[in-house]
Amino acid sequence: MNSEAAVGNLLEEAKTIIGDQQAGIRDGIVKSIYDTSENITKDVVSYTSANRVDWDRKIDNIITSPVWGFPIMFGILAVIFWVTIAGANYPSEFLAAQFFWVQDRLTELFWALNAPDWLHGFLVLGVYSALAWVVSVMLPPMAIFFPLFTLLEDAGYLPRVAFNLDRFFKKAGAHGKQALTMSMGFGCNAAGVIACRIIESPRERLIATLTNNFVPCNGRFPTIIALASLFIAGSVSVTIASAIATLGVAVIVVFGIAVTLFVSWLLSRTLLKGEPSSFTLELPPYRKPQVGQVLVRSVIDRTIFVLSRALVIAAPAGGLIWIMANNTVGDTTILAAAANWLHPFAGLMGLDGYILMAFILGFPANEIVFPILIMSYVSGGTMVQMESLADLRHLLIDQHGWTWLTGLSTVIFALCHWPCGTTLFTIQREQKNWRWTLLAAILPAGIGIIICITITALARALNLV
Amino acid sequence: MGLTYQSTGRSTTREIFNVHNAGSELVIALAGNPNTGKSTVFNALTGLRQHTGNWPGKTVLRAEGSFIHGGRRYTLIDLPGTYSLHANSVEEEVARDFLCFAKPDATVVVVDGTCLERNLNLALQVMEITDNVIVCVNLIDEARRKKMHININKLSNALGVPVVPTAARGGEGLSELMAAISDVALGRVMPKPVLVRYSDAVEKAIAQVEPKVREIIGAHINTRWVALRLIDGDTKLVQAIQRYYNDQESKQAEAALEVLA
Amino acid sequence: MNNSTPLNRLGNGCCALVTELNAEGLTRRRLLDLGLVPGTKVEVIRRSPLGDPIAFNIRGAIIAFRKEEAEKVLVVQVS
Repeated sequence: MNSEAAVGNLLEEAKTIIGDQQAGIRDGIVKSIYDTSENITKDVVSYTSANRVDWDRKIDNIITSPVWGFPIMFGILAVIFWVTIAGANYPSEFLAAQFFWVQDRLTELFWALNAPDWLHGFLVLGVYSALAWVVSVMLPPMAIFFPLFTLLEDAGYLPRVAFNLDRFFKKAGAHGKQALTMSMGFGCNAAGVIACRIIESPRERLIATLTNNFVPCNGRFPTIIALASLFIAGSVSVTIASAIATLGVAVIVVFGIAVTLFVSWLLSRTLLKGEPSSFTLELPPYRKPQVGQVLVRSVIDRTIFVLSRALVIAAPAGGLIWIMANNTVGDTTILAAAANWLHPFAGLMGLDGYILMAFILGFPANEIVFPILIMSYVSGGTMVQMESLADLRHLLIDQHGWTWLTGLSTVIFALCHWPCGTTLFTIQREQKNWRWTLLAAILPAGIGIIICITITALARALNLV
Repeated sequence: MGLTYQSTGRSTTREIFNVHNAGSELVIALAGNPNTGKSTVFNALTGLRQHTGNWPGKTVLRAEGSFIHGGRRYTLIDLPGTYSLHANSVEEEVARDFLCFAKPDATVVVVDGTCLERNLNLALQVMEITDNVIVCVNLIDEARRKKMHININKLSNALGVPVVPTAARGGEGLSELMAAISDVALGRVMPKPVLVRYSDAVEKAIAQVEPKVREIIGAHINTRWVALRLIDGDTKLVQAIQRYYNDQESKQAEAALEVLA
Repeated sequence: MNNSTPLNRLGNGCCALVTELNAEGLTRRRLLDLGLVPGTKVEVIRRSPLGDPIAFNIRGAIIAFRKEEAEKVLVVQVS
């Protein structure tokens, strides 16, 4: 249609009309708009008090100060972890007690109905057990961490984190906003991947996406916490145990951030080379978060989320484990056979077959990795109640030969392994390219495997284990 | 009604933007800088009646919701937060395309009361595209905390459009906002945005280009604004106009065929 | 413009007026749209603990740029 061409011609005509002033036109136009804006504002805004304290600036002078900036950042991180860990203790115990009370009643019911053993095993010892474990272990920390994190976000703290850390990201060839997307990954890696949309340049967005998995999501916290607490000798008070666990988690997180930066650097020098794009970070004024509303909404939100995930993923996984543990192929259970098959490779990494298998089976959701592992160890599939750290230590160290190396490798692999199913699905949906999605799966796993193998070889060579 | 350009035009372009209830409902656009609490305003107005997705063909998040006021239902589209509409980024392009082609019945520009000067930049640009603008001065509670006083009436006169102060988080000002939206969308109030005056050279050029624009594009899109964009050498806008014309013409042809069949 | 310096060379607490933008195309337009039109007053607020980026007060908003970006904005210091 000639309207299309006519519109195109208009552009040419306009160019001729404005002639050689074209160069300064853009500047002039924006200046006119801002002049108008400035004049209106001057006219319309007044201050009701001559003594105004610029609280935002005062706060930022501390929060982003050369001396206090980093310590405060770590401090806040540590406090959030500590509150999550310590705060989750009692609710977890309480929930576990309730769930297991119900489990005993269910067992009685099954006996009373003369139900077949396998049905009881599958439904109660497998499905219900896994469900109970995941909910009592996962729900409290998530219902505490998420609201806390949301409060921090609401208050406006996250851009300050990006402001503090940007130099590292710049050196790693990454976009400044990657600090923000990385922070989102602490809650959930899938959410972190979606957050990567704030990075406009596709190259830098991809780097942020591919490295998001190196920060542990909420689903991996309990695993890391349990393992960190594991190596506490003797019986210590809950407070001290929580403090040590917090330290352990904090160290792991810092390590995760370091790996993020390193891999970003690697990617920006090899597969994803390119020019850094310009980025402007706005530091909005601090706002008082609506504590009440956020807490309530977030807690309800998370509870529903955890419960539905437990039903959809953990319950079937529990059933599966029970089936594998109670059916034989040849003269071993399917479970043991699978674990044995994985064992040689796992051994190289400082793990054992059951651990590796738990990670593999935990692909749909990270929070079921640890429950699957425990259930496999107590094979026969019943979730013996881990009443205390001592029980856990007994199971892992005494009964299954865990050493400090096993614990370390497990923690490292928990940090660096393939993203969970939801995250990979999200990556595919965002990137629409199976090659990047595949890389997103292989990259963290590959790095995790390499680190574990290296540490294991070193430890053995130096006779440290 | 019939097959006039107006009736098929607007709803078919809206369909291109995936607006539900394209033809019959009143569509309100929500624009603003990032960090102005725009999503709080959106959430406060739409409550649970919202869903998020993507703008067609782009990975830019988009939220659409609705609210009811005075017995009428309004569809609210949350445009991406942008600093300007000069199409420097996908977000700006998406926002501009929607305002320009989907022609919402009213547009609310959310500005940060504590940072009026920077925020008015976007408001003034929006006012160049459409007359049906309401300026929502949000974060008025934060402004108070900073001992700032904003003379709303003066602002309204200076801009030529209704201005509503809100503190969306606490729910303050929301009913006034809905009333203002309703007034503008239903034509009870007809804002007359004050025009930005450019330099003499630019104004002269606009005067020369505008009639030609009117001749070719008609008055569907604000001709002064298009002229300004042409003078600025905005090829992206030209391409967008061409694209939408093509879509329009083919949809009109389809619709015409359907009637005949 | 010859007593102009790049913005990143100014110390914390300094105020300056924008004289020119040493950038073209998209970068230039972005800087303009943030309000860095020639004649605009800019205040240098502080640097990140690691030295980069730098936070500025531009028309009431606090915006941080990396050194490389700030370098493109030429200013003349005012008291």
